[in-house]
Amino acid sequence: MTMISEEHKKEKLGFEETELRLGLPGGGGIVNEDLVKNTNANGKRWYTETVDLKLNFALKETEKGENLQEEKNLISCSNDSVKPPPKAQVVGWPPVRSFRKNIMAVQKSSSEEGGGGAATFVKVSMDGAPYLRKVDLNMYKSYQDLYGALGKMFSSFTMGICDSQGMIDFMNESKLMDLLNGSDFVPTYEDEDGDWMLVGDVPWEMFVGSCKRLRIVKGTEAIGLAPRAVEKCKNRS
Amino acid sequence: MSEDEELPDLDGGAARSINSTAVSGGGGDQNYVSPSPDQVLENVLENVLYFLTSRHDRNAASLVCKSWFRAEALTRSELFIGNCYSVSPGRVTNRFKQIKAIAIKGKPRFSDFSLLPPDWGAHFANWLRAMAASYRALEKVYLKRMCVTDEDLAITAHSFPFLKELVFVCCEGFGTDGLAIIARECRHIRVLELVDTDVTDDEVDWISCFPDNVTCLESLIFDCVETPINFEALERLVARSPSLKKLRLNSYISIRQLYRLMIRAPQLTHLGTGSFNTSEIVAQSEQEPDYFSAFAACKSLICLSGFKEIIPEYLSAIYPVCGILTSLNLSYANISAEQLKPVIRQCHKLQTFWALDSIGDEGLQAVSVACKDLRELRVFPVEALEDVEGPVSEVGLLTISEGCRKLQSILYFCQRMTNAAVIAMSKNCPDLVVFRLCIMGRHRPDHVTGEPMDEGFGAIVKNCKKLTRLAVSGLLTDRVFKYIGQYGKLLRTLSVAFAGDSDLGLKYLLEGCPKLQKLEIRDCPFGDSALFAGLHHYYDMRFMWLSSCKVTRQGCEEVARQLPGLVVEVIASGEEENETNEYVDTMYLYRSLDRPRPDAPRFVHIL
Repeated sequence: MTMISEEHKKEKLGFEETELRLGLPGGGGIVNEDLVKNTNANGKRWYTETVDLKLNFALKETEKGENLQEEKNLISCSNDSVKPPPKAQVVGWPPVRSFRKNIMAVQKSSSEEGGGGAATFVKVSMDGAPYLRKVDLNMYKSYQDLYGALGKMFSSFTMGICDSQGMIDFMNESKLMDLLNGSDFVPTYEDEDGDWMLVGDVPWEMFVGSCKRLRIVKGTEAIGLAPRAVEKCKNRS
Repeated sequence: MSEDEELPDLDGGAARSINSTAVSGGGGDQNYVSPSPDQVLENVLENVLYFLTSRHDRNAASLVCKSWFRAEALTRSELFIGNCYSVSPGRVTNRFKQIKAIAIKGKPRFSDFSLLPPDWGAHFANWLRAMAASYRALEKVYLKRMCVTDEDLAITAHSFPFLKELVFVCCEGFGTDGLAIIARECRHIRVLELVDTDVTDDEVDWISCFPDNVTCLESLIFDCVETPINFEALERLVARSPSLKKLRLNSYISIRQLYRLMIRAPQLTHLGTGSFNTSEIVAQSEQEPDYFSAFAACKSLICLSGFKEIIPEYLSAIYPVCGILTSLNLSYANISAEQLKPVIRQCHKLQTFWALDSIGDEGLQAVSVACKDLRELRVFPVEALEDVEGPVSEVGLLTISEGCRKLQSILYFCQRMTNAAVIAMSKNCPDLVVFRLCIMGRHRPDHVTGEPMDEGFGAIVKNCKKLTRLAVSGLLTDRVFKYIGQYGKLLRTLSVAFAGDSDLGLKYLLEGCPKLQKLEIRDCPFGDSALFAGLHHYYDMRFMWLSSCKVTRQGCEEVARQLPGLVVEVIASGEEENETNEYVDTMYLYRSLDRPRPDAPRFVHIL
């Protein structure tokens, strides 16, 4: 956890909240094992720990199965960040609506700046479609899931330029150009720096953390993004 | 405040065209042809049926014969759909042609507590499509636990030019983008209410989207919308809305801003105060507005809520209205008994009171002394956890029962309770219609005797003869269900969690409670044979929910096989299709007139 680039990543992912529970997976009973699996499946172990820290925040929204599914808003600060809860928390018990729980959490924390921590809803627009849609990125576990959902929302969209993991190989610029030229529509996203990037450039979890909005553009339009995306990707690694 | 209440009757009687074949008067006209006797009958019927507003009465009338069925279908103007999947929109629009007001409920209530995976369904879009084609004159829409998108709101605004009322309770899926469309395009909107609804922040100033001229707004409720508001625009809106009676602000509105709004709208009857906090540091020397006088000017204020980030020192500002309040919601205000007392002792007329358990047993004591007219009490926990010391207990419950004899509805969260206190309430408050007690520690017994809580709840069903809604908790054996089956003859809604010993528990319920409509059960040891005990009754229910119990897939399949008019959903809560699990995660069954819904996601198996 002392690698400089990991520190940098932490900043990028926005670690202002100090109330994050920093427990390792398995503590506090709020682990989403699938997310851990995902990071391993991408084969990039060095993301794991950073991602876990981030995910303790995002985990609250992403968990399915046993644990809290719809804590959309803020972290429940009634669980101290240090000690785990004395009894395993059960989903939906006591039966208090998340609305109320969240408001109480807000009040409890001191100078909490409201907003922010909600579910990761991002706007999705597609060139030519009349309405914006919204997706909660935390509902999906991978790029494939996301593309499936986008495909349902925007019938003309099919994602074809990525590999089996849903990621794009940015290292080969000319190959990328070919792919873009051949596609009808390509998803792009605005990251936390305000740059428009091609979706698929970073591992999924990192994408969820940095994506601010999505825009599906014509493949030929996206070509302009490619060089910048490649550059940024190189800088990251 | 209608959190979890039965939908109040939509007012039925907007005058509209009765069927055009009116009985024509006398003769003299050569072309006049006497209507047939049947026609006369139908015309009379329609005129009479116009006065029938209750849907239960109308349902009864429609069963008399074909002629009555037709006449009733033509004259019904309000529609109530208790389960959006119980009937297809097409069937409804085929039968009823003159609908002006519609209420639709979607997801089962346990979805409020994260027990239903997201994307389960209840999409308003399906209903909207059918309604837009058939009900152009629609004026009122009420949705509870439905998924609504911005696109849906746009279509709503365009399809119903006479839309007057839009109410969303526990909904989700849209944002301020959608609200902007409604504000801009619904020229006749009188009521726009968002209650406990998730609204995403699209960074749109929707308040500015209302038209510039005088509005006919009567109710604007957005206290759950957690987005910043353009205050100047809101102030101008309030100033040009002379009919505004209900205004509930969100927590982005400071107390100073509240003041400015109140002095513009002293005619308000219902007010949600917003944060009741200052957004900036007020210097000692700086003059603060006279909040007290602002409240004093509101001569008709009967319902007060909000206090989302209260500074308790400001609470004294509400003294002038305490004497006229019938409803006070302090359930977001973390205040002590000492802070509550000076307020509550003036609230002689209070009928509805919601609070946090921070007021403690002592605060409840003050309520019981002052509020002799109390009908509804809700006490919510500040800390919704199992292993903490709670500030309210059986002491508070007992004292309320002794002071507030007219109590009809109670929701009480606590950490410890005794049978004695519950039995006392059953005797002191015979008018109880709703009794919901949540002892937050699972399987917790009577903390004085160590006994299960069977006797307490048993006394409630036995002594409270008007009881229709019950929620049980604490350590409970099959015996409590025996009592409920035996005495709960009017019971319609029952909520059970972590209770019972065996199948007998559920059997007692299903065999004993003829009026049972809505049964939600979680984490109880009820299995297939209990499930089969209800086969005679499921068609008469709106739904039954069983999660983390002991029913098997085969059991559910058997029910589905025997009752073809029932939709039996098996819902997996994990993302793995865990066929190896002996028991299903969740079973949700409901009657349906049409084939099962086509929009079920992959984790829902309809048997």
